[in-house]
Amino acid sequence: MATWILVDATGAASDTPAELATKARSFGDVAALSIGTPSDDVLDTLGAHGVGRVVVLDAGDALPSAAAAAVLADAVSGSSDLLLFGMSYTERDVAGRLAARIGVPVIANAVDVSVDGGVTATSEILGGTKSVTTKATNEGPAVVLTRPKAFTAEESGGGRPSVESVAAPDVGHSGSATITERHVEASDGPDLEAASVVIAGGRGLGGPEHFALMDELAGLLDAAVGGTRAVVDAGWVPYSYQIGQTGKTVKPSVYIACGVSGAMQHVVGMKGSSTIIAINKDPEAPIFDLADLGVVGDVHAVVPQLIEALKARA
Amino acid sequence: MNIAVCVKQIPDPAAPYELDAENHWVIRPDDQVLDDTDRYGVEMALQLAEATEGTVTLISMSPSGSLQGLRQALAMGADKAVIVDDASLRGSDALTTARVLSAAIGRDDVDLVIAGGESTDGYTGVVPQMMSELLGMPCMTFARKVDAQDGAVTIERQTPDGYEVVTTATPALVGVTAGVVEPRYPTFKGIMQAKSKPIDTLSVADLGVDIANDQVIASVDDVPAREAGEIVEDEGEAFQRIVSMLEETKVI
Repeated sequence: MATWILVDATGAASDTPAELATKARSFGDVAALSIGTPSDDVLDTLGAHGVGRVVVLDAGDALPSAAAAAVLADAVSGSSDLLLFGMSYTERDVAGRLAARIGVPVIANAVDVSVDGGVTATSEILGGTKSVTTKATNEGPAVVLTRPKAFTAEESGGGRPSVESVAAPDVGHSGSATITERHVEASDGPDLEAASVVIAGGRGLGGPEHFALMDELAGLLDAAVGGTRAVVDAGWVPYSYQIGQTGKTVKPSVYIACGVSGAMQHVVGMKGSSTIIAINKDPEAPIFDLADLGVVGDVHAVVPQLIEALKARA
Repeated sequence: MNIAVCVKQIPDPAAPYELDAENHWVIRPDDQVLDDTDRYGVEMALQLAEATEGTVTLISMSPSGSLQGLRQALAMGADKAVIVDDASLRGSDALTTARVLSAAIGRDDVDLVIAGGESTDGYTGVVPQMMSELLGMPCMTFARKVDAQDGAVTIERQTPDGYEVVTTATPALVGVTAGVVEPRYPTFKGIMQAKSKPIDTLSVADLGVDIANDQVIASVDDVPAREAGEIVEDEGEAFQRIVSMLEETKVI
């Protein structure tokens, strides 16, 4: 049995392949399908985490999910391989198409996986309040999608993997979508998913103009700024700010929630933070149930005072 | 342009969900609501249909119950709805769901299938992608902007660090993010009209779908809740407690 992971070499570098390879190498051989040609650095990182074989698919300007699914369907045909992916956009697209193509189940939101006597995964459901253990009962491959940061990357000391290219298969109309432009939206400050301090703004801030307050506080703590689905839906901040089930998962040392109620959707993406500080004027806000320090008060009073105090120390 | 929109009736998320002790399925009350995140797809479909003199058909799979959730989407302006309601579908996995929805969509000629990203109650997040494979369509997911006309659809597709512009010929499946459009609120007239709009109820036999679920739930456990810590009422000094906690955690 081999485990396949997915690498998207056309976009921003991700920590997920190294994390998944670390887990997968305990099951046996690890192979990666790379969409686009990986850099030498990426190949070294994959090898160092246990990936022995990299298959490169150059899909050109095509939206790659249909072709990638077809390549993987061929690769795992007749095997009982595990396809172990994260939950990024591309990974979800490839996993869904692949599973439907070969008729196998997908277990999503996994935080752990085992392969003893068949693929079994532990997922957190209902906003992370319940843990469900699901077993794939089909013959052949299984697809498991893991929550971000489910595993910790550790190097195995492996060398550079073998690299081979595969021609993009003809997948007909399914593969006809073409990428005509690619845009990177630059953001200031540390990366939200990697920052050791995260400041999150919610509806309780009152309006998009108050995110300037979040930015100012973040600047003093070398923190990244995020938001809840509510403020993203309202258009206050871009989608890249979203923390939660449909957005990013963060596990910083300190998480400061400002005017965040603590809806289940949001909590899934931040409950792994080491220390949670919450400021909200509603004493009944669910965020206080998980905060290490809950301040019942107005963010527009408390945060400016906090900013002044931090400036005075600088 | 004929548009099919996938929508889901779910138990009201404001109330805690309960699982059936025996089979671990979510207990679904008679009155289920429209999944709030589906309103974006419905709105997108309505705008595209209005611009092209097209139709909007809701496609759903769930116990029908009072049909309240579907009526909410019909009240926004969708023309009609199809719901697949069959006792054999209880506890269906994502692939079975995708097969059922695709078969229901495949009964008509559609130019565009619109879905959200994931349901609020199950959130596997792969049903639209599975449907695109089963329907033989390009999978235009995570769209934050959609333009469709004259047999082509172009989206701005969200990426981890920005977006890309993706275009294809129809038929195609588009998965929308929240924020793609601002959903309208149903008008009183819309709510009244929704009561008499056609809802077609289908069984698995009507569709001839294979519903073999290849995954079983072995166990369900409570995740230990994080313990609440110290609560401070702000009387003008609470910021100092935050400063001291930032010191304790060595942030400053």
